[in-house]
This record gives sequence, structure tokens and C-alpha cells, in this order.
Amino acid sequence: MSETIQPAAGASPSRSIQWSTVLLWAALLGLLALLGWGLINTTAARPEAGEAAPAFTMEFFDGYGWEERPAADLADLKGKVVVLNFWAAWCVECRIEADLLEASWRKYRDQGVVFLGIAYADVEPNSLAYLEEFNITYPNAPDLGTTISRKYEITGVPETFFIGKDGHIADVRIGPVNESVLDGNIARLLAEGG
Amino acid sequence: MKTINYVLRFAFYVLLFLAIVWLVTPGVAQEPVTDDEVNDVAKDLYCPVCESTPLDTCPTQACADWRELIRTQLSEGQSKEEIYDYFARQYGDGVLAAPPRRGFNLVLWFFPVAAVLVGGFFFSRFLRNLRATGNSPAAVVVDEPEREAYIDRVEQELQER
Repeated sequence: MSETIQPAAGASPSRSIQWSTVLLWAALLGLLALLGWGLINTTAARPEAGEAAPAFTMEFFDGYGWEERPAADLADLKGKVVVLNFWAAWCVECRIEADLLEASWRKYRDQGVVFLGIAYADVEPNSLAYLEEFNITYPNAPDLGTTISRKYEITGVPETFFIGKDGHIADVRIGPVNESVLDGNIARLLAEGG
Repeated sequence: MKTINYVLRFAFYVLLFLAIVWLVTPGVAQEPVTDDEVNDVAKDLYCPVCESTPLDTCPTQACADWRELIRTQLSEGQSKEEIYDYFARQYGDGVLAAPPRRGFNLVLWFFPVAAVLVGGFFFSRFLRNLRATGNSPAAVVVDEPEREAYIDRVEQELQER
């Protein structure tokens, strides 16, 4: 005696269901791809010395533009030595290097060197008060949307990137810079071609 | 005498009018923004410096500056949403406790729902296929004589031990 439950008649997958399966698989893979892309973007590697400096656009504070421009791209500065400094008005250690950066800017500004200050996670009136307090005259901009600091994966402020004439990062300094670091890097990068 | 009474009455109404205007004028009669009101907005924002710390409890100077900014914005009559929009624009979406529903964030919002729906569909398909191909437990062929022979064999082996 045998008892068998037979498959229901017409239970074989129909053509429409197969198509819907394909579509669902495609949707699932698409979602996973998007998720992966997002994760890769949020965990971008920190640019190190020797690598190309990530491109960015700055919208300068009023009165702190570069060559009277209200905004500039890093690419506009190709052929110049760039000292890119991340700072904030709430940052105590930034105050240690503020006078030195301004003095160094005044020393090298006519030799093809551009200093760029990026105010990280700062409140604009406080940033402007800080710039005024230290008589800073080099180009400065807020880090709108923290896009620039995320591209450079900064660990905190102050942090300074020395970028050569070829647009590559030559040195990265975490914490306040001193005179020998500034002079040494700038002299070396000015001597290099590009 | 009558004239003096008129003047006094006129002065009284003028003063009354000025007092009412003073009371209803925003910025003069307005109460200062309290810490609780500031923290009610700040609790849904995150510190830019220390990770995973809500702005209302963060002790850093950066957060104190941000809370003051919120206080100023509230005193200007800005709504919570306007303040969150400003912070997202100025400091990035990462400062918001709840990511806004735009761009890549849409994936984060809808992925769990989509995953449950797709998973449910595939599971139902799997169950249906299982039944259709006869692999479900209910579809196992039960052959009585064969089963009885098998039980006899097992009992015999047990007795031999």
C-alpha cells in the first residue's frame, strides 16, 4: 500500500513567474551593489604623501579670497606650492601655529606659494573672529558640508598638507607645525620642477 | 479744568497703547531661549569631533559653539527642520541623527523593507517548489510492506545483540 502526495497539476513555474524572479534578483543585486558602492565611498582611504591631492572647490570667506576670487578649485593652483591647513576657532592647538602660518605666508607669498586655510566644523562668526584675532590674510574658506575634510580624511585639527607643483601630496603633518617643518617642506617643493 | 482732564485721559490712552505695543513686539517681549529648547534640537545632531556623541551631551568647545548657534537660530524664529537643513548643508549629512531621505541615503531607508519583501518572495517560492517537486515531508512515499519488513529486520538485529 502506498500513499503519495502528487504535485498539484499546473504547479510548474510559469513564464511570468520566471521573469519576476529574474527581475527580483536584478533588484536585489542592484541594491547590494548600491550598498557596496556607498560603503566604499564612506571608507575612502586617507591620501598619503606621494599620492595626488584630492580635488576640491573652496568658497572663500568674504575678504579672504584668492586673487580676489570668491571661489577656486585646487586645480587652479597647479604649478604652485600649496600649504593646505585645516583648523577651527574652537581648536586650542590651532592657536599655537596661527601666527607662524601667517608669517610664513607673508614670507613665501611672492615665490609661488599659496596658503589655504579650511575652517573645519566651525561657526562662521567664530571663524571670522579668529582670522581677525591673528591678523590672517591668506585665503580661507569654510569646509562646507565637510566635503574637503572627508576627502582628505583628516584625523582632527590642526592638520597640514604640503602639496607640490605637480598636485601631489609631499608631506602631511598632524598637529601644529613648526618653522623648520614649514621652511623645509616649502624650500624642497619650490626647488622641485613641475 | 476740563481741558486738563482731556489731556490726562489722552496721555493715559497713549501710554496704554505703547505698553501693549511693547508687550507684543517680538524681540522685546520674547522670552530667552532656554537650554531645554536648545537641547531638544541638539539631541538629534551629532558632535563633529567626537564620534557618536549627541550634541546635547557633548562637552567639547565645538559642540558648545554649535549649541549657541542653535540658540541664535531659535531666537530668530527658525524651525527645527530649518536648523537641521542648515547644519546638514554646512557640516554634512553625517551630523544628523536620522539621515535625510535623499540620494544614497534612500538605500539605507528602503533596503530593509526591500530585503524583507524580496526574502519573503523567495521563501514562498522555495516552499512552493518544495511541494511541487514532491520533496516536502508530506510527499514522502509510505510503502507499508517495506516498512514492516524494515521494522522486523531492526527488531531481529536488536534481539541478536
